[in-house]
Amino acid sequence: MELPNKEAYESLIRRKILFFILFISAAFLAFLLDIAVGSSGLSLYEVFSTIVFPASSDPTSSVIVWNFRLPKALMAVFIGASLAIAGAEVQTILDNPLASPYTLGISAAAGFGAAATMVLGLTLTSFAGNVLVSINAFIFSFVCFFVIYFIAKVKSASKELIILTGVALLFLFQALVSLLQYIATDDQLQNIVFWLFGSLENSSWSTVTICLLILLIFIPLLAIDFWKLTALRLGDEKAKSLGIDVEKLRLKVLICVSVLTASAVCFAGTIGFVGLVPPHIARMLVGEDQRYFVPLSALLGSLFLSLASIGGKICCHKGVFPIGIATSLIGVPFFLSLIIMKRSGSF
Amino acid sequence: MKLEANDLSFSYNSHPVLNDINFKIESRITALIGPNAAGKSTLLKCMAGVLEPDGSLIINEKDVKDLKKEELIRSRSYLPQDSKTNACLSVFETLLLGMVHSLSWKVGEEEIEAVSNVLEYMGIEDLAMKNINELSGGQKQMVFIAQSLIRNPQLLLMDEPTNGLDLQHQLELFEFIQKITKEKGMTTIIALHDLNLAARYADNIVVMSKGMIHSSGSPSSVLTQKTIQSVYGINADISVDTDGILWIKPLNSVRKVFRS
Ligand SMILES: Nc1ncnc2c1ncn2[C@@H]1O[C@H](COP(=O)(O)OP(=O)(O)OP(=O)(O)O)[C@@H](O)[C@H]1O
Ligand SMILES: [Mg+2]
Repeated sequence: MELPNKEAYESLIRRKILFFILFISAAFLAFLLDIAVGSSGLSLYEVFSTIVFPASSDPTSSVIVWNFRLPKALMAVFIGASLAIAGAEVQTILDNPLASPYTLGISAAAGFGAAATMVLGLTLTSFAGNVLVSINAFIFSFVCFFVIYFIAKVKSASKELIILTGVALLFLFQALVSLLQYIATDDQLQNIVFWLFGSLENSSWSTVTICLLILLIFIPLLAIDFWKLTALRLGDEKAKSLGIDVEKLRLKVLICVSVLTASAVCFAGTIGFVGLVPPHIARMLVGEDQRYFVPLSALLGSLFLSLASIGGKICCHKGVFPIGIATSLIGVPFFLSLIIMKRSGSF
Repeated sequence: MKLEANDLSFSYNSHPVLNDINFKIESRITALIGPNAAGKSTLLKCMAGVLEPDGSLIINEKDVKDLKKEELIRSRSYLPQDSKTNACLSVFETLLLGMVHSLSWKVGEEEIEAVSNVLEYMGIEDLAMKNINELSGGQKQMVFIAQSLIRNPQLLLMDEPTNGLDLQHQLELFEFIQKITKEKGMTTIIALHDLNLAARYADNIVVMSKGMIHSSGSPSSVLTQKTIQSVYGINADISVDTDGILWIKPLNSVRKVFRS
């Protein structure tokens, strides 16, 4: 028997896969461009051959690509994906399109950890200093996470409560960061501000590995619950009646989101926008079937961060342009144009 | 299927809403009626597994706490009083979610067929690819009714399913529910405010008032002027038509609620 609705559903799925392919190509292209663009320009062909045939390539470009550009470009891809996935899931479990990974206060806590390390006199330029900043940022983001998790756990994971706790902690840590800025010396202040803007300058192969590992662990952990998370969008009561343990699911996703956010923020500072807008765009394009929504959010996050990195390098040849600023400058016009072009509202 | 409640009680933040509810229901349509805030929705949620009441709920002689979770999920389904959502999902996807317990990464042929079937017999095929939020109130309600039917439940719990439906859809919905309940030996419990629908389609009526069961039994034994007056506070004219169906005509309020 031929079912007309089956046809329609299959073409809907095909459309979603098409968007996926489109953006995976775009993200890959942006990634290569990100490697090519810089103070000593390389052609896309040079980039490609240096990566694919490292043995037979020009030693100078090989050093530039492998030691400097590639780790940064990969960091842009992985951090973009981490933040966008975290954003998509925070919006899902809190049933709030305005939520982002930063709503939970984790980034502010990480910022406080980082700023505290700097003000305590550890210079940003020394290697040990950098690592300490990241470690301290990680520790404080976990302090923040544990407070939210604990409160959520005793109060049956109510989403209103999670948001309120998150926002309260956000203000607390922001106040503490301001306090540190107030007492910091001029040099320290500059370091703090630079860190808060977000940057990929401290990328290395070890940070790349950590971020990749975290993605490889947490994406599958989320993926096994994609249908349940989609069903959660019908409301807690409906989800419960469909046999979903809503409380357990929310707490589990809270853990995943916190780790993804913390790993991104600790290595690259508070890059805004990527956790908020890519999920919106993904939602407009493919809806909220998480099997497509989450991967597309991740791709868009990577794409935006790569583009921002390219844009930053083009605008600012010598110094380092904070990527967090570039993401917003590039992303917001794009996002607004999408909103204006889209006729029927989907969010 | 047989459903039995023994001393069900429930409180919201230590504010008691259900007090020692006891009943036995078997394979037919039960209408749950009663004034606003009587506890109808709360009772349905307790039976649906959304809330966890004290006391015990027994399905086919077995306590639900001892039933396998998988089995329990498959056998009952629940339609909330208002299914609001701002999810960005197509109607087709919303219906798939009715079978969320059995979906794997790739949606199976069986599931696609189940969705197609339910869309067809409810006459909403043309809505399949629409966004759930771009539907009218009644269309949305039809989609959520379809979602609650898609699992072929043995225990069907519906909270005011006629909300937002026009007269034709109300009538056809009840004809349909009556048919499947009989054919599949289901137990269907429907919270309702329309006493005429309850009298016409229910085999059994349970009247709730202030968190307790006031009375229960066949429509003609329960829907008396006395009961209606004491539970709802109105005078009603009750007549029987040629098919033996009760007609309830509300006349006036005994004690006014509005102070206008
Ligand atoms: N989530 C909640 N938190 C606290 N109290 C609640 C909650 N839901 C319902 N109640 C209270 O429980 C009582 C019963 O509510 P319920 O929704 O079961 O009534 P109902 O019989 O379905 O009424 P209606 O006909 O208006 O739908 C009411 O007094 C209500 O205020
Ligand atoms: Mg109700």
